[in-house]
Amino acid sequence: MTSTLRVNPIACGGHGACAELLPELIELDEWGYPIVDPQPIPPQLIKEARRAVATCPVLALKLIQQLRQLRARRDRDAVRPGLSLAAPSGNHQTPAGARRECS
Amino acid sequence: MTSAATRPVSAAGGAARPASGLPRLLPPGPQAPNLNAHLARHGRAPHVTSEFIAAVEAAGLTGRGGAAFPTHRKLAVVAAQRGASKLVVANAAESEPASHKDKTLLQQAPHLVLDGLQLAAEAVGASQVRLYLHHTSAAIGTAIAERKAAGIDQHEILVSMAPPRFLAGQETALVNRIQGGPALPTYGFPRVAENGILVQNAETLAHLALIARYGPGWFRAVGTENEPGTMLATILSPGGRPLVTELPIGVPLRAIVDAASTSAVLVGGYHGTWLPVTKLGSLTLDNTTLNRHGAALGAGVIAALPHGSCGLKEAARVVRYLAAESAGQCGPCLNGLPRIATAMAEAAGARPRQQTIDSITRWATAVSGRGACHHPDGTVRFVRSALTTFAAELRSHRNNQCTATTSQPFLPVPDVWTMPTTEEAWR
Repeated sequence: MTSTLRVNPIACGGHGACAELLPELIELDEWGYPIVDPQPIPPQLIKEARRAVATCPVLALKLIQQLRQLRARRDRDAVRPGLSLAAPSGNHQTPAGARRECS
Repeated sequence: MTSAATRPVSAAGGAARPASGLPRLLPPGPQAPNLNAHLARHGRAPHVTSEFIAAVEAAGLTGRGGAAFPTHRKLAVVAAQRGASKLVVANAAESEPASHKDKTLLQQAPHLVLDGLQLAAEAVGASQVRLYLHHTSAAIGTAIAERKAAGIDQHEILVSMAPPRFLAGQETALVNRIQGGPALPTYGFPRVAENGILVQNAETLAHLALIARYGPGWFRAVGTENEPGTMLATILSPGGRPLVTELPIGVPLRAIVDAASTSAVLVGGYHGTWLPVTKLGSLTLDNTTLNRHGAALGAGVIAALPHGSCGLKEAARVVRYLAAESAGQCGPCLNGLPRIATAMAEAAGARPRQQTIDSITRWATAVSGRGACHHPDGTVRFVRSALTTFAAELRSHRNNQCTATTSQPFLPVPDVWTMPTTEEAWR
């Protein structure tokens, strides 16, 4: 399973612990807020990533499982009352795009 | 749902015949916005079920609040949610100072919006409906009372007030406010629709009310193949008052904007894009075309900058306002927008330094995509397009020359110094 890192920008207070523990994937902007690599975390860095997540003092950093898998699980479990247009295939965008689609 | 909702969908539910021609949403002439006039023009709305969502898909209706998201997909997500107390909100919190279309629609055709609100609730199986706006008016109060007296609504319409902030109409901020909190954006999953809350722009709901009556084929008779229907636009022209007008999507921009009196056009409002007037001939009022030029319809604000106004000064005033309207929740937006605003003010003045312009570019990249909401992204779009479109003006400023012949402000911007800053100001 591939995972990515995501930061909740509202919760984040710019403490900077994540960038210190995981400079390979996280750098700080000029105000001290993290810029997180959106790519899947390479397997050799998973341990450090988990540590960075656990160290964030405001729990603003999260490890997200690939959305596609979460969606597949949700679609399998969901009750769909005869709506052909809500089919899980076709309209779905890439995870990054899908995140923003309703806002 | 009551038994009334299980009646089959009727394409022509009312007594009135489909109106051909424009306008569709706004009344064709001076007409009282009362229920009798509304029923005489459109007839009663039919009752619908979740099957109506397929009709909305066939119509190709997209959200008119700015994001142009396909309406049927949002409806389908909410309809698929389990749970008894789903909610539909008509979002009429038109927060942008330049936009007047939702206010105008609610003033002139309130019953169409409220019909759409009820229809959306029937389609998704919601038990509560709300109208969310900045200012109520006699027309809205009367409309709600008339409907209550006539007993035509399944769900009682409650009104929620939005605080006078730019982001108050943002979807997650709206939900926060309706649940009793401040109208501040939130971050994360699940999304609003997945919580059984359907938020639709007021104009979108009005279109929904017409699609339920006249069907998707009628809806598609105007507009483009990809983006059917009409849209409400707010047009700001040199020397005139803002004009709200209903246009078929895809009309040439030259038909709306007088190129002779204009140096540049702001498309899509304060989160939108500046385009030089030289591009006007190749532009049409639809996202397919506008996206090719890095622009989008947004909530339908088209502002034609008069000759003699300095585009950089106009942009700097708007960016100062947008920076003040940051919710201040996300570090990059909180830190970046005021810096960009100050640098834009320098660019709008005499002899801006190259270093300042470079900083704007750097900060624009630094804040993009890093907020919980799209406020930094929209602001950056506005700033970048201003620097591109007014590049010649910027060169003049570097030589201590401004080509402006008037210092009269053109774009409407509230005074940021008088805006309250406490958390109470977001309630």
